[in-house]
Amino acid sequence: MLLIHCPYCDETLPELEFAYAGEAHVDRPADPSALSDEEWRDFLFIRANPKGPHFERWRHVHGCARFFNAVRDTVSDRFLMTYKAGEPRPDISKLEEAQ
Amino acid sequence: MPRYSAFAVVKNALTGHSGWRAQWPDAEPKKEYDVIIVGAGAHGLGAAYYLAKEHGITNVAVIDRGWLGGGNTGRNTTIIRSNYLYDESAKLYDHALDLWDGLSQDLNYNVMFSRRGVMMLAHNVHDVQSFQRHVHSNRLNGVDNRWLSPQEAKDFCPPLNISPDARYPVMGAALQMRAGTARHDAVAWGYARAAAARGVDIIQNCPVIAIRRGPDGAVTGVDTAKGFIGAKKVAVSAAGHTSVVMQSADVRMPLESFPLQALVSEPVKPVFPCVVMSNTVHAYISQSDKGELVIGSGTDQYTSYSQRGGLPLIEHTVAAICEVFPIFNRMRMLRKWGGTVDVTPDRSAIIGKTPVKNLFVNCGWGTGGFKATPGAAHVLAHTVATGEPHRLNAAFTLDRFRTGRLIDEAAAAAVAH
Repeated sequence: MLLIHCPYCDETLPELEFAYAGEAHVDRPADPSALSDEEWRDFLFIRANPKGPHFERWRHVHGCARFFNAVRDTVSDRFLMTYKAGEPRPDISKLEEAQ
Repeated sequence: MPRYSAFAVVKNALTGHSGWRAQWPDAEPKKEYDVIIVGAGAHGLGAAYYLAKEHGITNVAVIDRGWLGGGNTGRNTTIIRSNYLYDESAKLYDHALDLWDGLSQDLNYNVMFSRRGVMMLAHNVHDVQSFQRHVHSNRLNGVDNRWLSPQEAKDFCPPLNISPDARYPVMGAALQMRAGTARHDAVAWGYARAAAARGVDIIQNCPVIAIRRGPDGAVTGVDTAKGFIGAKKVAVSAAGHTSVVMQSADVRMPLESFPLQALVSEPVKPVFPCVVMSNTVHAYISQSDKGELVIGSGTDQYTSYSQRGGLPLIEHTVAAICEVFPIFNRMRMLRKWGGTVDVTPDRSAIIGKTPVKNLFVNCGWGTGGFKATPGAAHVLAHTVATGEPHRLNAAFTLDRFRTGRLIDEAAAAAVAH
């Protein structure tokens, strides 16, 4: 079972308290009616699905109920970091050096 | 390739079993092939077999990063059925079921296809309505499926608990009698042996690093751990790793790779006559010929390539099994494992062309690719050989995520399939 650090509660808790919420930093289109079919496809369906560090959203449903972002290695399932929603995407190369 | 037969068994028994040969040679890559298939699971090996058998294309290599059949082919719970809701899916899976019927004879290899029936339990009003809709839709499509009352379900599968005060009451079940199980490893081995006998090279332990494209954008071959191998056409059939392989050809996929777990119990005498699936409580169970209960779980919520999942899912599945089949309360579990399944947004597969010339893909089978093996392999071979999809996979394009013509089995099945 994953152990996840909630950046709001500042506690590391079992995965059962959290709900996965898909890839992070997928921006909602600013002007939806201007989007082409290709752009809709990319927004709705295309996912990075990397083998390695993955930016993803989690929600602390059985705690503070807030969404936050995380960087997790999809090979080892180890969290590199979690950060609050709205914060900029962290630089992966620096994270990997820190490990 | 010497044929397997009762006569061959007797002859070899009398000669000290010294006459058996390796089932296929472990090939070294040639400089160039007409077709390279990335991924030596049963889908990829099957496609190579049908390319050779039905289209006369034998200059084919199947390349895998590990050993053949070592991915999801060797990790699934071997359930075979075709009772899907939508016309496109029902036809494709029923085509696979037709091929399963004669597969052992076709391959001269016993894949142990057992038509023991797959029963899907309905635990609430929504299940009842949804499954009855499936039954009617299936009958219109000529797909075998029928509705059972709780007592009929119990008669068909005696260990079932149909007590009205059970935690998961059984309100009925949908039964597909043509459905069943097969020996998963034997499917990969049978296709490998039959394909190799027709001249296909099977190259194991050779990771494909990248798909290489020429100046006109068309595929020219693949870079592997054993160097560059040229190819006129490349078909990617790499399950959970499809996104990674396709990325190297600059094709971004509508896929996410999730862990999916299964487990087996200690072997016991025959107690369980069929396959029972309960989508609502996420438990899938059958008994192998060796006597183990084979139990399938749901996917973990997060994406991962780790080939292992979390214990909470296993606990949930086993708890549900104990509620539905109290007889298994004290059964001990032997081992569990995980695979990496590639899931599409509409839970239907993608088989067909890609934006890259001469690059084809077979992926997105999610949690239910094993049942489709012969059908998927057959239509993939057709698509690769002719350059155009077979009528059965014409709807399963990559482009449907742009046009919006989804085959929404996700909404139809709500959960696994």
